[in-house]
Amino acid sequence: MKVRIRVNGRETEVEPEATIGGIVDSVVPDRARVAVERNKEIVPRATYDTTPVAEGDVIEVVTLAGGG
Amino acid sequence: MEPLRIRDHVLKSRLILGSGKYRDYDEMLAAWDAAGTDCVTVALRRVDLEHQREERNLLDVIDRERYTILPNTAGCYSAEDALRTARLARELGLGDLVKLEVIADEETLLPNVPATIEATRVLAGEGFTVLAYTNDDPVAAKVLEEAGAASVMPLGAPIGSGLGILNPTNIRIILARAGVPIIVDAGVGTASDVTVAMELGADGVLLNTGVAKARDTVQMARAMKHACEAGRLAYLAGRMPKREYASPSSPVEGRFTG
Repeated sequence: MKVRIRVNGRETEVEPEATIGGIVDSVVPDRARVAVERNKEIVPRATYDTTPVAEGDVIEVVTLAGGG
Repeated sequence: MEPLRIRDHVLKSRLILGSGKYRDYDEMLAAWDAAGTDCVTVALRRVDLEHQREERNLLDVIDRERYTILPNTAGCYSAEDALRTARLARELGLGDLVKLEVIADEETLLPNVPATIEATRVLAGEGFTVLAYTNDDPVAAKVLEEAGAASVMPLGAPIGSGLGILNPTNIRIILARAGVPIIVDAGVGTASDVTVAMELGADGVLLNTGVAKARDTVQMARAMKHACEAGRLAYLAGRMPKREYASPSSPVEGRFTG
């Protein structure tokens, strides 16, 4: 049974054993270039691989952009 | 010129530049170089799921030895969103600096001052060095300082408007009462706007569009650098008093022409 989550606003399905680490690796080549929120709480980089995801989770993977 | 100090952060240049609206990174870097800045603002945004793997990341473009990165909370319309953004920036390894913006509405992009005060209090409590973007309102500036802002950033004019320093009197009052560095942020359209802010005694100026949307960005960046230095020097020099009537510059004594 897959788990439905949202990553950067896009609905997606992942395996039940998926972790934040796997999700980050699927969208960026370098973990050091992003910061991650799960349900509006920061996920520290050191815990990516031990943080599971659950049905309905809202994940935000953010990085720098130009701005003033 | 003496550096600008914001808590533990020492900036050699009093000009802070943004990283938005440039045609490309090369143009941006050339402008920063010409402006002589050593502090630049950035925004935080979602990783683009379609294109991330192809694009150069801004973190790889900015020389961290040379530039202090000042992440902003632009685009946040609530204190909560601004707090989230600031914490994400710190998690990204950008340190404790944050340019706190809580915007009231999309049309004016003017600050939501009560929400900015609330967010300042929380972030200062979490150890952030908060540079709080606000109105050109002396009361708001003082309240933000009391809430823990390390620097207060009154706007010269609305973001991206290029209208210059619309209320120099209020900026002067803010400066007279300030116990933290005051950095005029937003509305700077051309070099003379920077000079006006610095002549008033502002500790620094932050600008983005004024350079990024100039026809020749590098030339304008250079102009901004000189404008900032000129304004600072004029402020330190202390201008002559204004007077209503003329006063001859050449001696009145010793005239031989009757």
